[in-house]
Amino acid sequence: MATEILDNAAEDPGRRATLVLGGHTFTTITDKVCRVVEDRTPRAWWIAFGVSLGLTGLFFSMLGYLVVTGIGVWGLNIPAGWAFDITNFVFWVGIGHAGTLISAILFLFRQKWRTAINRFAEGMTIFAVICALVFPTIHTGRPWFDYWLVPIPNQMKMWPQFRSPLLWDVFAVSTYFVVSALFWFVGMIPDLATLRDRATGKWRRMIYGLLALGWRGSGRQWHHYERVYLLLAGLATPLVLSVHSVVSFDFAVSQLPGWHTTIFPPYFVAGAIFGGFAMVMTLLIPIRAVLKLHDIVTARHLENMAKIVLATGMMVGYAYAMEFFMAWYSGNPYERFAFVNRALGPYAWAYWTMISCNVIAPQLFWFEKARRNPLTLWVVAVLVNVGMWFERFVIIVTSLTRDFLPSSWAMFVPTWVDLLTLAGSFGLFLTLFLLFVRFLPSFAMAEVKSVMPEAGLEHGSHRGHGQYWGEIPHQHDHQFEGEKP
Amino acid sequence: MKLPWKLPLVPELPEPGSLWGLLAEFDDVDAVLAAAQKVRDAGFERWDVHAPIPIHGLDEAMGIRPTWIPVGVLVGGVAGAAAGLGLQWATNALDYPFLISGKPFFGLPVAIPVTFELTILLAALGAVGGLFVACGWPQLHHPLLANEHFARASADRYFISVEAADSHFDPTRTTWLLENAGARRVEEVRA
Repeated sequence: MATEILDNAAEDPGRRATLVLGGHTFTTITDKVCRVVEDRTPRAWWIAFGVSLGLTGLFFSMLGYLVVTGIGVWGLNIPAGWAFDITNFVFWVGIGHAGTLISAILFLFRQKWRTAINRFAEGMTIFAVICALVFPTIHTGRPWFDYWLVPIPNQMKMWPQFRSPLLWDVFAVSTYFVVSALFWFVGMIPDLATLRDRATGKWRRMIYGLLALGWRGSGRQWHHYERVYLLLAGLATPLVLSVHSVVSFDFAVSQLPGWHTTIFPPYFVAGAIFGGFAMVMTLLIPIRAVLKLHDIVTARHLENMAKIVLATGMMVGYAYAMEFFMAWYSGNPYERFAFVNRALGPYAWAYWTMISCNVIAPQLFWFEKARRNPLTLWVVAVLVNVGMWFERFVIIVTSLTRDFLPSSWAMFVPTWVDLLTLAGSFGLFLTLFLLFVRFLPSFAMAEVKSVMPEAGLEHGSHRGHGQYWGEIPHQHDHQFEGEKP
Repeated sequence: MKLPWKLPLVPELPEPGSLWGLLAEFDDVDAVLAAAQKVRDAGFERWDVHAPIPIHGLDEAMGIRPTWIPVGVLVGGVAGAAAGLGLQWATNALDYPFLISGKPFFGLPVAIPVTFELTILLAALGAVGGLFVACGWPQLHHPLLANEHFARASADRYFISVEAADSHFDPTRTTWLLENAGARRVEEVRA
């Protein structure tokens, strides 16, 4: 066995960094990832599942209470017609964006380190979008009228109003959910086949066999599959940029000071990726420690994620500053007031929480020591999650509670139902997540294998992608890393 | 057992116990690639390479023609764009025109977001639908899946399967070809 590399985070421009440590082979990688699904359910999983299932129960009780009683159980009232509901919606839908960034955009950019985290992040996307979809569905308190949003012929002989960004949102978020789910499932097919082939029980083999659809890893299947994966990545990339842009149109297209800004689409997209990466880190760091996956999710992976959090955090910080500049530069007194009120008004505490968490905390990642310490990474990631929730709260609530006419001003104070609904949505998210980690391949085995030396990309006669024509020697002239002699 | 009807999800069930083909096992990527070229050059049509990873260069080594799936994606995308524009025009300008905030009944700029989303949605469905059609999914069973060694094709081994239905197939000569191409084991697969 070749000398084992312990630190793969060091930069050496002349060499491709090793992405899988620990001298793993295809055999050991398969075993490591599959055993998460195949071994006896650990006690820690049951405890975590019990807690999150309890929170999910709380979530649906709160939604039931809302539907039975009416929207008055929430703290919102005119002028603040939106508060926790839409804040939670934008927060959750934003979380999802990092998953698509990792799975699609980093794929197009040939960022091979994504293979270790993409399945995980895509799963996170699906569950975050499910949580997000709950809020617009129930935010009127009358979910039985939700079919008004869908262009179906109905007894009112009316059609939805397509000139409103709120309807664009319906199309954007539901398309996002469908395409992300397809991308996630298609990506999982080869790994589901691995689980099918390793299954011992009859039921297990049948269920994974059904899900694997008949995958045999054949050259012809891989040929179609790879093209579809590339096409889906190409489609998901503009989609993810459009989804949060459309979400930002809900605000930017209105006339309200603090909302009516052209910077919103790019600012929202950067913020979504920022918050989503923070959520990936929040979940991945503990799971990596519990499942002992340090060889697959290496220090280099965490460091790369920290760098993206730093970069997107700076973009968000720039957007915060630019909003203030534009408010001043526009000369519009309402716009100026809206921003001074954000920083110094009654919700200043929320604004400064947002600034501390989103702009100041990630600055730690300038330091290599901070990027290499899982605990620091996790703490900053949690702070960024908090900050990104407050960002949406600040945008929505400060703008609504202090609009044009001082006589209509009012404060928004959340009720216990608001707070428990928010807490409960995390329960739904975590429940789905725990089920995913337990029953589905949460790390993309086939993709991780394809970036390992055993995949035969960086040895022999130095062939690269697509350079296999002519005579191919099938005798090895030398051994390579991780291969048994 | 011969079923009196044809199952929808199991295409062309072969006669149980009949010879389906040969399965050759290889140690690594290089060996299977070199062997694939030999099988291709021997003129076989109904054969395949099985690997746990997509092998770069396999398409050339096997002589696979480019997939038609991108055409399905294009068709889906164009249909989505047409549906998006048509839907918004038909509902808001034709069937139920009403004035709101002085906006025109139908305008291209406001129609873009929904049109864009439907374009992506139908193109993605076209891609995945195309994959299902191209691969014949969902497929509930296949003779290879009953082979005990084949289970490692999704983990850490490489295989070449040659179907008995191929016109060039001859049990002895094809076994010899595969063994000569560097297979560590060649075995018969029965349906």
